[in-house]
Amino acid sequence: MSAHAQRKPHRDTALTSRAVVTALLAVSTFYFLFPLWWLLVSATKPFGSQFSGNGLWFSDFSLLDNLRRLTAQEDGIFWRWMLNSIMYCGAGALIGTVLSALAGYALAKYEFRGRGVLFGMVLAAVLVPKILFTLPLYLMFSGIHLVNNPLAILLPSVVSPFGVYMCRIFAAATVPEEVLEAARLDGAGELRIFRTLATPMMLPALVTIFLFQFVDIWNNYLLPAMVLSDDHLQPVTVGLVGWNARHVAVPPGLVVIGSLVSVVPLLIAFLALQRFWRAGMTAGAVK
Amino acid sequence: MAFFGPFAVLFAAMYIAPIIYAACSSMFRVHRSGLGLSAPTKIFDPLDNYQQAFGDADFLASLRRVATFGIVQVPVMLGLALVLALLIDSRSARGKGFFRLASFVPYAVPGVSAALIWSFMYSTQSSPINNLISPAGLHIPFFGGHVVLWSVANIVTWSWTGYNMIIIYAALQSIPAEVLEACRMDGASAFRTAWSIKVPMVRSAIILTAVFSIIGSAQLFNEPAVLQPVSSGSISSTFTPIMSAQGAVNAGNYNYAAAQSVILAVLVGAISLVFFKLTGRSENT
Repeated sequence: MSAHAQRKPHRDTALTSRAVVTALLAVSTFYFLFPLWWLLVSATKPFGSQFSGNGLWFSDFSLLDNLRRLTAQEDGIFWRWMLNSIMYCGAGALIGTVLSALAGYALAKYEFRGRGVLFGMVLAAVLVPKILFTLPLYLMFSGIHLVNNPLAILLPSVVSPFGVYMCRIFAAATVPEEVLEAARLDGAGELRIFRTLATPMMLPALVTIFLFQFVDIWNNYLLPAMVLSDDHLQPVTVGLVGWNARHVAVPPGLVVIGSLVSVVPLLIAFLALQRFWRAGMTAGAVK
Repeated sequence: MAFFGPFAVLFAAMYIAPIIYAACSSMFRVHRSGLGLSAPTKIFDPLDNYQQAFGDADFLASLRRVATFGIVQVPVMLGLALVLALLIDSRSARGKGFFRLASFVPYAVPGVSAALIWSFMYSTQSSPINNLISPAGLHIPFFGGHVVLWSVANIVTWSWTGYNMIIIYAALQSIPAEVLEACRMDGASAFRTAWSIKVPMVRSAIILTAVFSIIGSAQLFNEPAVLQPVSSGSISSTFTPIMSAQGAVNAGNYNYAAAQSVILAVLVGAISLVFFKLTGRSENT
């Protein structure tokens, strides 16, 4: 009886604190999801009424008609931009992840002269503002006539100092020295060891690096905006911003629909690969 | 070493070479003869561009603007990220997975798309936010002269709070259960435990996110560049140092752009270093 009387106020405070915590989290969730919810609702409204009426609830579902208009604009250039983005990001992230894995693994598992200096340089590169590379890269590329060439986007994209840093940490933590020794005793070559033993162990980190690099390249606006002036080569971000700036020639509704379409692939990728990026970020953050 | 080779070659070409190139070209200036009849020549004049930059009112204003931005936005964002991480980590939280994911979703929206989406939110004619609050007699002039910097700050905060929250949350998860158990035995309140135990223990994660955020602030470009055409003039073409440098490139003055980039990079490096020293840790990551 007395024990029960003592517990009661405690349970009340627990209930209050649960209510306060939930309320605060709900407010923050509203902040984070409101713009995306508005985007989803607006992209499904009849064309031309994207900015009128209630922005928070659906009316006259016309997403398909809107997509048709998006496709009709300038001979479907929007889909060309999407394809460009996916190719730049996919190829850049894939090659970048492979290079990072090789380099990070080498830094973690092999003793060689200058290892410390190299790792220091890679770390420093993570911290230097991108602008310091972007402007001179543009000048160098125009010097060798590589402007308006997909290589001008791809070459810088495959270098990911952050990926190397993450791979080094991950290789050191997840690939045991004894396994490598055993494989060497069995006569396996170094490349084979890397491919068949180290890569599977590092896989969660590699998926994370791929994902983050994919987003990083998708996010990089300054470089493509500078090196690609041909609008058939541009990624979707540069294309959409161009449309948005010409809002007299291009109806703003198209930018709304295009924005929705352009964020869907990344949202799906993040939701699908949750397990991996959470594990990867955790490893990168804690040490 | 063969493993490191491919990365090393590209790293040298895409990172080291541009830095050297920028540093060198910042020390030249283009000389055009008075009548413009002969081809312009490059003259080695190491300080000229730097002198010009430090006398350039627009460039200096952009540096000050970004500094103001960073001093306010970074603590606000990290404070928010820390509070969210602590809330989700707390014993009173339900639906942890949902809330964690909800705050992270904006990070999955690319920065340029985020800026586009928020430009709709800020629209002078039809801002959904103003529509929502107008019944209460409120109206936010998102592109007003004194407001616009904070409208930009809001986009950055929206995009990155969840990312920073996950990093801090991961650090919170690594606090040993015994420590928290001991606090509870001693009768510490949840708030007290958070403030005196959890926050100090996730210090290094907070420092890490702070340094990345400072570097991010210095590079502010995407958001103001996307908003500029719809800002009815309140975002100038020299709003941030990078916009200023890009403007110099567009005007054909590469050497001056290079000098501006070098100044920005040196400032960021110095600030990051001072920050590491002040927070008193020799991070050996």
